[in-house]
Amino acid sequence: MTSSISQPAPAETVAIGIGGTTVRLHSSDSHFRSMVRERYCSFLAGSADADFDFDIELLERPSENTDDDVQVQVRNDEWLMRRGDFDACWSTNSRRGTVRQANSSYATDSVLRIVHSIALAQRGGFLMHAASAIRNGKAFLFAGVSGAGKTTISRLAPTDCVLLSDEISYVRPHGKTYVAYGTPFSGELGKPGENRCAPVETVFLLEKGPSHHIEAVPDVDAVRRLLRNILFFAEDASLVHMVFQSACEFAQSVPIKKLVFKPEQSVWDMIR
Amino acid sequence: MNGATYIARSPAIAARLLGGEMMIMSAVDSTFFTLNEVATAIWQAADGVTPLSEIVDKYICGEFDVELPGAARDAEEFVHELSRHGILRVSNEPIQSPQETQ
Repeated sequence: MTSSISQPAPAETVAIGIGGTTVRLHSSDSHFRSMVRERYCSFLAGSADADFDFDIELLERPSENTDDDVQVQVRNDEWLMRRGDFDACWSTNSRRGTVRQANSSYATDSVLRIVHSIALAQRGGFLMHAASAIRNGKAFLFAGVSGAGKTTISRLAPTDCVLLSDEISYVRPHGKTYVAYGTPFSGELGKPGENRCAPVETVFLLEKGPSHHIEAVPDVDAVRRLLRNILFFAEDASLVHMVFQSACEFAQSVPIKKLVFKPEQSVWDMIR
Repeated sequence: MNGATYIARSPAIAARLLGGEMMIMSAVDSTFFTLNEVATAIWQAADGVTPLSEIVDKYICGEFDVELPGAARDAEEFVHELSRHGILRVSNEPIQSPQETQ
């Protein structure tokens, strides 16, 4: 980060650091703060500096409909985010905002995903529907829609692997390389990733099959499938443009291959 | 009005040439397109002021092994298809507004 917000850290603050970006949540509700600390225990950060600050207002009667589509818009330098169980806004200039939400980690999780997806897009990175793990100092990503095998490949990971996520992977550029970071965002495994990072070696597009093999993927198809797996919420042309260019840059820097695998641990013999 | 068709790339798109194919993503609905070589040539020449007939004659018939009548018909269909998706603007008059550049 080139700059960050600095201010006295009140006792009512919980700071969450993911991928080197810190989001501070301010709430007067001690139960909420405890819940957040427990949920993000491996990702708690020092609260002296932050990239984003949010005042949390807990709703007494929130809509329970979390199946609504997320709406994310930017208007006059202010981001607006809304779903059944939360609505939030934050200023691009001050990087401060307010979240009105249900007293649930699910709502907080969603807000964090949106904030990180926007922040990453502006820095040439992205959140991806992908499991990821570090092996031999290198990060491998396993992308795919629900059912493609993200949780399966995560469960099969041998003990020398560090699991970064079984659901949402965090990728950002560092110089001429890309680095994958652990995230607390978990899928069916129900277990947050490790708060570690490593350079991305390969992205595998997952497909279950009768045996293990790796196939090359043409460049254009790689970008198309990459874009299909990138989390992207905002209805903003400039951000769409950035995500598209980031996906193209990434596809030209990092090998993207198809991994057809049978759900057996031996698949990991091909991933080193 | 001289009966000519003018085409211009929409500003609401992101585009990139990769492996000889043009990839285009609509910033409006995130729809993703890939263009083959001939379509890419038309796309790149869509400056808003060159008539489509001249683009086909100069960049398609001049560069690819195709005959003018068929190429012109295919080009008309192509530009109207992209126009329907909002990534190409089509007009009977020159289009002067700013557009996406590579």
